[in-house]
Amino acid sequence: MSGRGFSPLQRGVHWLMAVLILAMLFIGVAMVASASSYVPLVAIHRPLGLALLLLVVLRIGLRWRRGAPPLPVDLPAWQKAAAHASHLALYALMLAMPLLGWAMLSAAGYPVVVVPGFVLPPILPVSPLLYALLRAAHGWLGYLLFLTVLLHLGAALFHALVRRDGVFSAMVRGR
Amino acid sequence: MPETPPRGAPPSFPLGRLTAIGAVLATLGAGFAYAGGWLSPGRITPGRIVDALSERGGDPTGHRRNHAKGICFTGRFEASGEGARLSTAPMLAAGRYPVVGRFAIGTGDPVAPDASGRVRSMAIRIAAPDGQEWRTGMNNMPVFPVATLEAFYELTLASRVDPATGTPRDPQAVPRFVAAHPEMRAFLGWAGSAPWTPSYAEEDYHALNAFFFVDAAGARRAVRWAVLGTVPPEPRSPAELQALGPDFLGRDLVARLGQGPLRWRMVAQLAGPDDPVDDPTRAWPAEREQVTLGTLVVEQAQPEASGPCRDVNYDPLVLPAGIEPSRDPILLARSPAYAASYLRRQAELGQVPALARGAGAGR
Ligand code: HEM
Ligand code: HEM
Ligand code: HEM
Repeated sequence: MSGRGFSPLQRGVHWLMAVLILAMLFIGVAMVASASSYVPLVAIHRPLGLALLLLVVLRIGLRWRRGAPPLPVDLPAWQKAAAHASHLALYALMLAMPLLGWAMLSAAGYPVVVVPGFVLPPILPVSPLLYALLRAAHGWLGYLLFLTVLLHLGAALFHALVRRDGVFSAMVRGR
Repeated sequence: MPETPPRGAPPSFPLGRLTAIGAVLATLGAGFAYAGGWLSPGRITPGRIVDALSERGGDPTGHRRNHAKGICFTGRFEASGEGARLSTAPMLAAGRYPVVGRFAIGTGDPVAPDASGRVRSMAIRIAAPDGQEWRTGMNNMPVFPVATLEAFYELTLASRVDPATGTPRDPQAVPRFVAAHPEMRAFLGWAGSAPWTPSYAEEDYHALNAFFFVDAAGARRAVRWAVLGTVPPEPRSPAELQALGPDFLGRDLVARLGQGPLRWRMVAQLAGPDDPVDDPTRAWPAEREQVTLGTLVVEQAQPEASGPCRDVNYDPLVLPAGIEPSRDPILLARSPAYAASYLRRQAELGQVPALARGAGAGR
């Protein structure tokens, strides 16, 4: 299990989600600050976010069954710990963000429209307090996710350009 | 293949590479800040629009930032089925669908006297069995005062009231705005000449913005809908209305519903080929074809503070499949402004006012 690299499917899902999550973060902050683009952007944000919920569940399943290659033996212990902690944080936030989106729309009493004509059931009762809390959480955790992705990208580039230790290519070529 | 590939020899001090990494991260961070509007402090964001709406007198804490004073109702929509040939919306197929609605006056002050409300409104949420909803907010005037978001914002700023004195901050601001905006004439003509009535029941309510109905074959037709009253108006002078006390509209509604339900005929007007679809200041010619979509039946009224309309955001872009928004900039701006207003009042009702602006710059 741990002797193998990331499978092609794992790598494919990683890069697909990397692009889509960055897009979601940019769309999210752009739409709430724009009176003219909000409507078309929300119409992308909602279905894409819910598709990402399916993808992250698939991805966690893959990770569970297939595992990940070990980090280089000479990597300082604190960097290993940071890598593991940040990956855990990325998984948690990737799962939390779409669930928060769904939950906050439920608490606001909106129909959770995936695409016109297809509505998901609410997962929470309508409540002013819950809505205010979840809406704030969707915003702040969104910013936290963006910061974590920046760190992650910085570390990936550090492995690729400075350490040149094969960690980057593990996610590109598998090993 | 070894477990971990051998390291490439790193340069003695990789300043160039570290700088490159820093540059990538900084670019992405700056792009994010730009997208989120943090670098454009002058932009008319939904939050700024709602800030301005909140400063037109009175204390709107815990209330809608526009149409702040109202009353909830419940009832049903009895679809005639005639709309089904124009749109696949499930609530246009012949049948009965539950409605939660709200009557209000167009004010920023939740305790404004009813006689001060030239603009009156009806908002409804029609629910279909499959979970789809059709929400719409309609006003009693036949046209909207302005055609662009910028003009709306400017007019709202001009209408701000000094909280200390309760009088306009700049009494000349609205007259100046009107002089510079000829598109306001149709609205002002209505405001100056339309009868004042003592009842929500004696008004028609117009959606004003255009939408598209999309039929089963995918054909799109521009429409504007309205609900037309069935109670003959008994006009009064503004002074007579003032004498009825500050809350006569709510009292009148409750009294009438005590006698039985009230009805409105819901119609959709179809645009002609050259009718403006993106401009709510211009009405379409009266002779355009009208389709009767059904009857709106209002059955019971509830006070807003505990009623079922309190937690509803009547965002006009909550639409079922078969109804699509036009490109009208006023319509598109409504959705984010209503969301910002909704977040504020829900945070205030939930006793967490610190969360009223959410996390985003636009809030
Ligand atoms: C945008 C540029 C990105 C680059 C260059 C990049 C690069 C990499 C690399 C090289 C790895 C392998 C690390 C290892 O061998 O342990 C990795 C793993 C990972 N990446 Fe990314 N990534 C990017 C974006 C993202 C984004 C946006 C997310 C999610 C929000 C993400 C989530 C993850 C996770 C959770 C892992 C750990 C996989 C595991 O061990 O289970 N990545 N990434
Ligand atoms: C750019 C233009 C507009 C802006 C920024 C705006 C803003 C708002 C806001 C912030 C609210 C309070 C929403 C809430 O907290 O639930 C509101 C309520 C309302 N607006 Fe607008 N509005 C605009 C145009 C219109 C137009 C064109 C119409 C009509 C046909 C309209 C009809 C209504 C109605 C009926 C309500 C009351 C909804 C209710 O009873 O809950 N508005 N508006
Ligand atoms: C990976 C998933 C997601 C990410 C990264 C994400 C990110 C964001 C961000 C960054 C914002 C702006 C927050 C702010 O500045 O305050 C936002 C707003 C929003 N998100 Fe998401 N989101 C995700 C999933 C979803 C889902 C699944 C839904 C709905 C089903 C959703 C609905 C919304 C809505 C409606 C807003 C705007 C709320 C408002 O107008 O007040 N999001 N999102």
